[in-house]
Amino acid sequence: MITFKLNGQQRTFDGDPDTPLLWVLRDFEKLTGTKYGCGIAQCGACTVHLDGMTRRSCITPIATVDGSEVVTIEGIEGKEAEAVQKAWVAIDVPQCGYCQSGQIMSAVSLLQMTPKPSDDDIDGAMAGNICRCATYQRIRQAIHDAADTMEG
Amino acid sequence: MNTDAKIVQRSIVGKGIAHDSAARHVAGEANYIDDMPELPGTLHAAFVLSPVAHGRLNSFDATEALAMEGVAGVWSAKDVPGHNEVGPIHTGETLFAEDIVDHEGRVIAVVAANDFETAYRAAKKVKLDIEPLEAVLDIEDAHRRKNYVVPVQEVVDGDVDTALADAPHVFSGKLKMGGQDHFYLETHIAYAIPGENGEMLVHSSTQHPTEVQHHVAGILGIHANAVECQVRRMGGGFGGKESQPTIIAGAAALIAAKTGKPCKMRLKRRDDMAGTGKRHDFVVNWKVGVDERGRILGLDAEYLARAGNLPDLTGPVITRALTHTDNSYHIPHARFVGHACKTNTVSNTAFRGFGGPQGIITIEAIIDTIARELKLEPNAVRAVNYYGDETGDTTPYGQKVDDNRLVEVTDAVLASADWQQRRAEIDAHNAANPVIRRGLAMMPVKFGISFNLTSLNQAGALVHVYLDGSIFLNHGGTEMGQGLFVKVAQVVAEVFQVELDMVRISSTATGKVPNTSATAASTGSDLNGMAAFKAATAIKARLTRVAAEHFDVEEEVIIYREGRVHADNRSVSFGELAKMAWAKRVQLSEAGHYATPKIHWDGKTMKGRPFFYFSYGAAVAEVAIDTLTGETRCLRADILQDVGSPLNPAIDLGQIEGAFVQGMGWVTCEELWWDKAGRLRTVGPSTYKIPGSRDVPPIFNVRILDNMPNREETVFRSKAIGEPPLMLGISIWLAIRDAIASIAGSVPQLDSPATPEAVLRSVREAKGRLKDS
Repeated sequence: MITFKLNGQQRTFDGDPDTPLLWVLRDFEKLTGTKYGCGIAQCGACTVHLDGMTRRSCITPIATVDGSEVVTIEGIEGKEAEAVQKAWVAIDVPQCGYCQSGQIMSAVSLLQMTPKPSDDDIDGAMAGNICRCATYQRIRQAIHDAADTMEG
Repeated sequence: MNTDAKIVQRSIVGKGIAHDSAARHVAGEANYIDDMPELPGTLHAAFVLSPVAHGRLNSFDATEALAMEGVAGVWSAKDVPGHNEVGPIHTGETLFAEDIVDHEGRVIAVVAANDFETAYRAAKKVKLDIEPLEAVLDIEDAHRRKNYVVPVQEVVDGDVDTALADAPHVFSGKLKMGGQDHFYLETHIAYAIPGENGEMLVHSSTQHPTEVQHHVAGILGIHANAVECQVRRMGGGFGGKESQPTIIAGAAALIAAKTGKPCKMRLKRRDDMAGTGKRHDFVVNWKVGVDERGRILGLDAEYLARAGNLPDLTGPVITRALTHTDNSYHIPHARFVGHACKTNTVSNTAFRGFGGPQGIITIEAIIDTIARELKLEPNAVRAVNYYGDETGDTTPYGQKVDDNRLVEVTDAVLASADWQQRRAEIDAHNAANPVIRRGLAMMPVKFGISFNLTSLNQAGALVHVYLDGSIFLNHGGTEMGQGLFVKVAQVVAEVFQVELDMVRISSTATGKVPNTSATAASTGSDLNGMAAFKAATAIKARLTRVAAEHFDVEEEVIIYREGRVHADNRSVSFGELAKMAWAKRVQLSEAGHYATPKIHWDGKTMKGRPFFYFSYGAAVAEVAIDTLTGETRCLRADILQDVGSPLNPAIDLGQIEGAFVQGMGWVTCEELWWDKAGRLRTVGPSTYKIPGSRDVPPIFNVRILDNMPNREETVFRSKAIGEPPLMLGISIWLAIRDAIASIAGSVPQLDSPATPEAVLRSVREAKGRLKDS
């Protein structure tokens, strides 16, 4: 039996301990905001926060989550999350939207650690989240805007 | 009907309103098909794919797979009750292979199980007896063998042989350009739900619900009226979900029909990349005759396109390549020939630009070569060849370029990009720096808007006004992130002058609007926007009669404004008027239909006016290349794009930025690679590199051409936007050529994509010339 905290609530999982966290979230917890993109931790669509750090849920066996705290796009909160989500909508970042949950999880994590990131900080932190609509330019700007609103 | 931007009021159209799903996208609440709650008993499906490029399929043995716990069944060609067909144009394009497998990744059978992983594991347990046959993997090899999937196409104008014979200078070359995987983040998916009396509901991630509906009906051997295809949104399409979804939806529906259970089929990334088509890679052999100024006198170009194992959309892709070989340049004598080469690789398909990029990169490479051979500035060669009074205004396929904006866009982008100053700076940099070379290039794009095939240029929309004044909107277009739904909703809100949130956007559904065309060729908002405009306008005309009667005034006096309907100083709310109309038994619903006017095309002579209008754009790109590693970086890009009077400039800017970067990917980092056995080895993001956050130019200036309404009567005088800016990404490839040319002053030997390996080869070739001279 694996026990973990999910978006602030205690959860248990008693299936195959090798099951990737992504599928525990999507199939068992019915939290579908976290997406499958590649299954090999190379696209970032499945990004969640595990004990406060970004983690690719598609290659994270649920066994390794035992005793940890998971936050998904559905449970994300705080000033960074609020600023990022607002900035994203304000400057029209999402196109197809499919990768955006992962983008936002990475952006929030960046701002939690680096409240005033440079372009290089942003490009580096976001390099693991690919977007085929290529919204990168707006992601970069939205993160700057979010940082500004947090400051103000 | 009056759609003139100068007359029709514009209070909602033209505003940069956020994408309708933006708030849900950022909260993880926008549902894609895989996010829909699954019905009890849902089966999951996985394909059995051919491991070899070409072979005779003697038999397969599914005993072991069927013995696995949770496996519901295995189905193949012999189990199809109707026709085993999924081709968008031609028959004979089968869902399941019959006797022959003709590419690696060819669908042989489908397995269903209680869960996804079991289905995949079972699919791997199916034993295949395939007798290998010789595989043709190379485009030129297929051409030598005359292996084609459709007949040759030719655009011929004037006498190219005489023009070339008489030309003061003749240059020739060969250009190879790679394909491109769509890499939509949401892989192909369909969810088929059987209903009563043989009905089938199919949720499909498709740009073409009508095609899914018809092929599902065909596969099941039932009428189209028993099948409904729905799609709310796709997680990206880019052309990859135009014809290919029939394969996935067809298999899911077959299982659902056979078992009576809902069936979901979602492809793993690897299967998606191996089993579905991509952008066509091409080889082009060309010969051009020019005068001293670089003015093109004649151009002979032979295109060899990799069709893959079957035609799919290769014919029309070649047509668009041939009709975009002119790009922005008048070519007095032309012969453009296109061969659809049949190879034992996955059938290529639509991809944003649809042959246009292949035609345009060809002529841009030719222009660049002419300039470097004649020691002229490339933009000067462009300028002497632009369509215009001094050259001519008729394309090689017979359409007049009567809305020419080439000089406007190119002059403006050269100015805003500080071309003169930066050219001098870059030349000075290159003179002083042997290792890091910089390059600068400008290019225009003229892109024809409409499907080449005239009959596809039609659309339908359904608009209802309810008694509370809220409006329901449905149309044949699909949403794949391009913002079509919000644009069409803006059109309807504009007609009725109500708040945008009074217009309810709904999933595309074949039961609501039938016989639609694919959302493709950049035509989504032109076609569906106009169909919705017509539907809304028809309802409005009836409402206006009711209002005029109510207020006892002439109809001309009635004004719609901010959710109310006014007659001088009296008014009622829009909802009150709807109730009055209902009480008077006036119809508050309308199905609009639009067919693009003025267009015609003769596929035999390859002449006509295939395009309603042209879209114009221009870009300046600057790159740096490392001559020791071949690495490249785009340092700055400036773009100016014509979108007429935009329906939604915020959406359009996002489209321009995204398309440009996708085009950059095609010409730089995205390389599909097959091994000698014809197996695609770039089947995931670990081996196939699409642009990432670090690849976007640090300085990226994107502008829309102001105050230039479409000269044609499009919806609110807007222009299409989806594809044209993709081709502006070719400017980066031209800038890389410019950087390489700085080494020896010679014509760069560079194909596309300009991967670091390709750049390094080209740099070495240039350095070799330097030593030789």
